[in-house]
Amino acid sequence: MTQVKAKNRKLTIARAMAESIAMEMREDEKVFLMGEDIGELGGVFGNTRGLYTEFGAERVKDTPISETAFIGAAVGAASDGMKPVVELMFVDFFGVCFDAIYNMMAKNTYFAGGEINVPMVLMTSTGGGYSDGGQHSQCLHATFAHLPGMKVVAPSNAYDAKGLMTAAIRDPNPVIFMFHKALQGMGWLGTEKEAIVDVPEEAYEVPLGKAAITREGADVTIVGITSGVHHGLKAARELEAQGVSAEVVDLRSLVPLDRETVIESVKKTGRLIVVDEDYHSYGMTAEIIASVSEVGVPMKAAPQRVAYPDIPIPFTPVMEQWALPSADKIVKAFAKMKETEK
Amino acid sequence: MTPSQEQEIWMYQHMVISRFFEESIEKIYMEGKTPAFNMAKGPIPGEMHLSNGQEPCAVGVCAHLNHEDIVVSTHRPHHIAIAKGVDLMKMTAEIFGKKTGLSGGRGGHMHIFDANVNFSCSGIIGESVGVAAGAALSRKMQGKPGVAIAYLGEGAANQGAFHEALNLASVWKLPVVFVIEDNAWGISVSKQASTAVKHNSDRAVAYAMPGVHIPNNDPIQIFEKAGEAIERARRGEGPTLIEIETSRLAGHFMGDAEAYRPAGEKEHLTETDPIPAFKKRLQERYQWTEEQDEALRAQARETVDAAIQFARDSEYPAPEEALEKVFV
Repeated sequence: MTQVKAKNRKLTIARAMAESIAMEMREDEKVFLMGEDIGELGGVFGNTRGLYTEFGAERVKDTPISETAFIGAAVGAASDGMKPVVELMFVDFFGVCFDAIYNMMAKNTYFAGGEINVPMVLMTSTGGGYSDGGQHSQCLHATFAHLPGMKVVAPSNAYDAKGLMTAAIRDPNPVIFMFHKALQGMGWLGTEKEAIVDVPEEAYEVPLGKAAITREGADVTIVGITSGVHHGLKAARELEAQGVSAEVVDLRSLVPLDRETVIESVKKTGRLIVVDEDYHSYGMTAEIIASVSEVGVPMKAAPQRVAYPDIPIPFTPVMEQWALPSADKIVKAFAKMKETEK
Repeated sequence: MTPSQEQEIWMYQHMVISRFFEESIEKIYMEGKTPAFNMAKGPIPGEMHLSNGQEPCAVGVCAHLNHEDIVVSTHRPHHIAIAKGVDLMKMTAEIFGKKTGLSGGRGGHMHIFDANVNFSCSGIIGESVGVAAGAALSRKMQGKPGVAIAYLGEGAANQGAFHEALNLASVWKLPVVFVIEDNAWGISVSKQASTAVKHNSDRAVAYAMPGVHIPNNDPIQIFEKAGEAIERARRGEGPTLIEIETSRLAGHFMGDAEAYRPAGEKEHLTETDPIPAFKKRLQERYQWTEEQDEALRAQARETVDAAIQFARDSEYPAPEEALEKVFV
């Protein structure tokens, strides 16, 4: 994977998102922002910091608490030639406005036979692990990826965050941009340090629908997205100490899904572990395993999934921490896998 | 703001085309669905929501609009589409599910999109209001002319989306007009049984915009009040809510036995059919002759028949085309 050469400047995902949006807003006056607290506050997650100061209230619009209205409005505005970047503050809130997302944003292009575009980005926060409870901690990757008509991306680091946001804004189709709170880098939560990476100052795109091999290996493929990638990398280091070489694949996009990269990796290693902080059943882990299995890739052992149990996310830390995927669980999954091999 | 003679004839003409269209569709819809009604069968499968009686709501508003203005409509869209200038041949082909339809058959009767005249509609109650507000926002931000009209039923005024969109449109002073077609029935539940207020126009005060109540499905009153609201929007003074008490001559959807309607209601509605009433007005005001009327009707008949023939003669799309046009 070719990377744009980065100068020595590390950014958080929050800063990278804000930088991408700012650069696109400077280039294209059609790009504008809507959401709750994305204006003067700079966003609850820091992803719109500085934009209100630079572009003002006309283009950086704080909204009332009415997701159905402003996401519906984004669909209408995008259909008329604007390029809205809208925030759904927590992905868990999708319930109040999902009609505007999956029935309109995602389907209007199809219903119009391709004659209208809906070039909007819906950015939304995901992830738990900090005791925010069952309605503020979900990932819901599969919920959005499953429904036709919307692209879905989710970066694990700041370099990809800026590139994916730029590509998403420029894409004529609707794109859901999911950012994980524990990777974000904002003042009120601890941050995964490895998400903070070198980010080029110039504009660049990371293509939608292309996974990245974050770490090359030979003995097992670990596939993840957002937080799952970091658990995978930590697990890979532990496995290395045991003499096991793990390849870590960062999906980066759920729609389009880069099945080819995963399939080629499993052809090489013969073993597959999928990591997802979203719920276990009917989700991304099943999709990856099915995608590999249905093309008949030979595997040395049964594939394993490390995902969230099928329960509402509990509040008390002892429960929540127990439920979350972790590097430790991935290492244990590999051990289990080895037990089953002849 | 009274309509000119030309505008009145335009309105009458489009009401007639609309009614002929709905009556034709009604007949064709029943093809293949007898003796036992099966929605899946026939050249026009699926649901069908006809607008007989509601024509004044379409013509009275659309008489003030041009192609640049945006209209977002509902699951009962035909009369509004016709008044807005949607390509009738392609719309009919779309209703028949043909390749030559506006969306190549992907949308059907409830999802009519014509980008050339900025018309769209949706099958979900309350979806129109947010989208219309957004289109209005777009024009305002781009400094381009155009107002947006959101059509909705009186039942939709109880949906959260309605309240959110009106509030947002008012806070941001958007050039949008919300037009409620109150036909008194949300499928089988009457407005009285479902709505806390007697008039939805009274709800406008909650959103700091004018609320206009039109009690009698009169195209001229609708023309006048809609004209004021649209001019207000064009001047940048913000949104208006208009509530029109219209009449749904048909059932909610085709196949609806309408047992819930009180005895005599349908007969009364037929007596107050807006089209004969309008003809009478033209006769009184402009000495509209039977010859002129027959000529107008003949042309309307031809227009509708040509659209239906085009739809019937058109090919279906190849099945695999279903995979196309998801993304551009």
